[in-house]
Formats: sequence, C-alpha cells, structure tokens
Amino acid sequence: MKSNGGPEDITALNELAARIRYHTLLMVNKAKSAHIGTCYSMAELLAVLYGSFLRVDPERPDWPERDRFVLSKGHGAAALYAVLSERGFFPVGWLETYYQNGSRLAGHVTHHHVPGVEVSTGSLGHGLSIATGMALSAKRDGRTHRVVALLSDGECDEGSTWEPVMFASHHQLDNLVAIVDYNKIQSLGTVKEVMDLEPFADKWRAFGWGVREIDGHDVTEIQSTLSTLPFEAGRPNCVIAHTVKGKGVSFMEDKLLWHYRTPQGEEFADALAELEARS
Amino acid sequence: MRTAFIETLLELARLDERITLVVGDLGFGVVTNFMQELPKQFVNAGVAEQNMTGLAAGMALSGKIVFTYSIANFPVLRCLEQIRNDVCYHNANVKVVSVGGGMAYGSLGMTHHATEDLAIMRALPNIMVVAPNDPVEAKLATSAVIAHDGPCYLRLGRGGEPIIHCPDVEFELGKSIQVRDGSDITLIVTGGLLPNALHVAEILNDDGISVRVLSMHTISHLDEEAILRAARETNAIFTVEEHSILGGLGGGVAELLLESGVGPVKFKRIGLKRIFSSMVGDQDYLRSQCGLDVAGVLATITDTLGLSTSKWNVREVVAK
Repeated sequence: MKSNGGPEDITALNELAARIRYHTLLMVNKAKSAHIGTCYSMAELLAVLYGSFLRVDPERPDWPERDRFVLSKGHGAAALYAVLSERGFFPVGWLETYYQNGSRLAGHVTHHHVPGVEVSTGSLGHGLSIATGMALSAKRDGRTHRVVALLSDGECDEGSTWEPVMFASHHQLDNLVAIVDYNKIQSLGTVKEVMDLEPFADKWRAFGWGVREIDGHDVTEIQSTLSTLPFEAGRPNCVIAHTVKGKGVSFMEDKLLWHYRTPQGEEFADALAELEARS
Repeated sequence: MRTAFIETLLELARLDERITLVVGDLGFGVVTNFMQELPKQFVNAGVAEQNMTGLAAGMALSGKIVFTYSIANFPVLRCLEQIRNDVCYHNANVKVVSVGGGMAYGSLGMTHHATEDLAIMRALPNIMVVAPNDPVEAKLATSAVIAHDGPCYLRLGRGGEPIIHCPDVEFELGKSIQVRDGSDITLIVTGGLLPNALHVAEILNDDGISVRVLSMHTISHLDEEAILRAARETNAIFTVEEHSILGGLGGGVAELLLESGVGPVKFKRIGLKRIFSSMVGDQDYLRSQCGLDVAGVLATITDTLGLSTSKWNVREVVAK
C-alpha cells in the first residue's frame, strides 16, 4: 500500500488506534459527553485510513489531489479529531478544548476552522450523498483521488442513505468507498431489534456495489482489503466492517449503555487503566 | 421565466465548464437541450431530492457551480436539511432552482403549490433568496446567482409570464427595481405578481392616487434603503406576493419597518392566509379566489386606505 506519510507497519497502526482511544477517553470525560462507544468501534478503521491509506497531507489540507474522507456518522467526532491531531493537521493540545465553550471542536464533526475536516456532519444520512458528489466530480474532472465515507449502521435506516447507494452504482463510481461501522448497536437497542439490516451485504450487492466483509478491528485485514480497490471494476465499493461498540474497554464492549453514557469517576479510572495496560 | 432561466444557463454553461445542472427527474422539454449539448455538465439524480442536494453540495465543494432543479416544493422542502446543513453551512456554491413558485401548478393541487418556500429559505443563513418578477429579471437573476459565490435560491414562475422590463434594466441582487414612481402609496412586489401590481397602480393613478411600484426580487437581502425611502416619501406600503403572508416579503418588510423607527406609515401584507387551499383551478383562478388578482389586490388597498366603496366597485373598475 502506498504510504501517506503516516505509520507504515501494523504495530504502529495499532498504536495509533490505541492513541485514538486514549485521546477520546480524555475528551469525552472532560466534556461529560456521549458517543464513546461509537468512537471506539471505528478506532482501527480511522487508524488505517489516516495512518496509511488516505492520500492526505497535513501541511496542505486543501491540496486538490487529496483523497476525501467524510465521516457521515458525525457523532464520532472525538475520534476523528483525535486522529487528525495525531497526524498533525492541528495541535494535539486542541483536543482538550473538545465540547468546551469557545472551542473549534464541536460534539459533531464540524469543518469550520478545523484543518483536515472535509465536511460537517451530525444529522445522519447526509454524508454518502456528499461523498458521491465528490466522487462524481473527480470522475468528470479526470482526477484520480478516492472518496471514502464512513457510515454507521444506524444511519442505514435513513432512506437518504440508499439514494446515493443507487446513484453511485448507476454512475459506476468505483472511486467511491463506503465503509459501514457495523457495531450492531444503535440508539435505543440492537440493530437487529430496532431495524434489522440483514441480509446487509446482499442489500449492497443488490444495489450494484462490490462488497467486502471484514473484521473492523483487524488492521491487517482493513489494510489488505483497501489495497484491492476497486473490488469490482466499474462498481462503487462497500466495506462492511464488523465491529464491537465500545471496543477496547471491557465493560463498554457491546453495551448499549455506552452509546450515551459518559465515563466519569471510577469508570473513567478503570477505562484509563485498561487502555494503558493494553498499550 | 423558466425559458429565460434555462436559455441563460445553457449560454453561460457553454462558457464555464464548472456550471453543472442536477435535476430531480423533472424538466421534460425544458432541460433537453442542456442535457444533449452538455452531457458532462448535466446529472439526472432521479426522483431523489435529498441525494440531488447532497450530491450538489459534494460537487460544489469539489469546485463546481451546481444548479439543482425541480418544481414547486420538491427541491426546497423535501431536502430542507440538506440545503441547511450540506449547502448553507458549508457555503457551498449551489443554486437551488424551483420552477412553479406560488400556485403556478394550480390545478395539480396543494402538493404542487410552493407557498411557504420563501419564508423557510429566508430563515436560513448564507443563502440568497431570489424570486424574479418577469422573464427579464429571471434571465438577469440567473447570471447574477452564478456570479454570486455561495448558496442561492431561485424561485421561478412556470412559464408564459409577461415581460415587464426592458432587456437592459439595471439588476443587482439585493437592490429593488423601481418600476414606476409615485408619491401616495407604494406597492412592493415579488415573485411574479408585478403585472397585477402595475395594473392596480394604473387604475389608482387614473383616480388621482400616485402609486410607486418596487420589484423586490431579492427577499433574503431586502433593499432596505428603497423600502425606508418609500416609508418616508409615501403614505402607505403594501407588499404583494403569491406566498404566505408569514415570513416572506411581507414579513421581511414588516420587520424592517417596525425596527427602523421610520414613523407611522400604513402597512398591509397582501398574500396567502395561513390556510391550505383545497380549491381546484388554474393559477389565475386561484389568485382570484385568494385576493391576488387585480380586483383582489385593489380591494385590499382601497379597504385599507378607507376609500369609499361606492366609488371603488373594484370589479367594475377592473373590468374597464
């Protein structure tokens, strides 16, 4: 895989994922904010994307040839800010201001005055359309960059998610990658209970996408999968990343509670101890 | 207006390959030439307005000047959050175009009437809201929104509107056009009712009432100077729009007048009441039922001014 200036090897990528989790824990603790579970389920995905896959340059966030990344699941903002700061788009010190009065770093992804953030998100079901527009523009302009959108499973309830799914295959946008962080838990219950997505991969295939199902916490598998793009010539690419909500802290893993609960007091100390023991 | 828009757009798109037209599978017979001549600058998003708008934002953020196009409420209300979050918040260079503003698609029914769109668009930050009054304004507005770097909403008639202005009329977003001068009352008009307002002005003028008429094509950025001058120089102001009296032109002018401290001036909003119309009929019929035809506008003005009803049997006056 072509290096983007980030860490090259598997160990380094796992370390980057660990730092994303560490920063995120401190951020949501200080902010007393929610969504740590959703940040943790995509830590390895972000680590591989920003650590090695995306062709981006922290020195030139507006570089026209850069790959575009859209975090459609905008509630995972803390993890995105963490990886951007780790890659040098802005100082790591900014992370302390997350959610605070007068900060640049809002609780949902915002692009205003935050280098490296392509688009603001937060209302679900918007990101894939924007990414599709970017991919179509790139095709028409003869540019070679890729566009990656990272979606939550919950936002696949939105009809507006499926509109660009249809559009992208009709227009053969094989420069577009949709990664679904399939952690199987949404706001009020499991995906299976709330709005079952299965047969999920078949749905994407039926819409004309090339689909891969992977372990979304295995950086080797994430890397090797992304190295085979496009999966099928002339088709947009879907990676269904099977993940665990709250991955990395034992008492948060696969728990609905940690969609909203914020780690404070003993829970914060325990989580911090676990993360430190693993790194 | 529709023809003036698409012809102007095609003309300018030939010169600037960034200009892209994204339609929501509507525009049969209207967008055909554009589609055939400039296929690389044309997209049919299908019957999917949310994607049409999000897609447009993504293309605009990639350097294009993107027009979304559909009819009535479809490109506005169906995808309102995409306009708010994806277009306006990002200041993306997207121009939302609706054909059939007001009750232009009369007999098609309430779902096809755009009668709250101006108020809703006007409440959004960053977007320039433009409702031309005739085909000349529609043509000039099309060029102007392309020149304006940022979100715009262009609300057009359906077609067949009379030409009011000379082709070389001075047009600038945010500046009204004074179509006739007058010293007694002022009519401020947006979105296609200018011919009716001018007819009303002539009738009143014949009876010795001097009427100023302003075409207020831009309603997000009202021409405050012209409105306040009218408030100082004339005795009454009437806003005329084929739209709810809430939040559109009338609402905007009311806000301005009250906050400006300009002093007492009679003021009345002429537009649609806050009710859904379930009447069936073409645009002229519906206008007449809603008090927006010449007789209706005249009646509201004479009532407001307290002119004698015997003298102002408006239907007879209009019939002359």
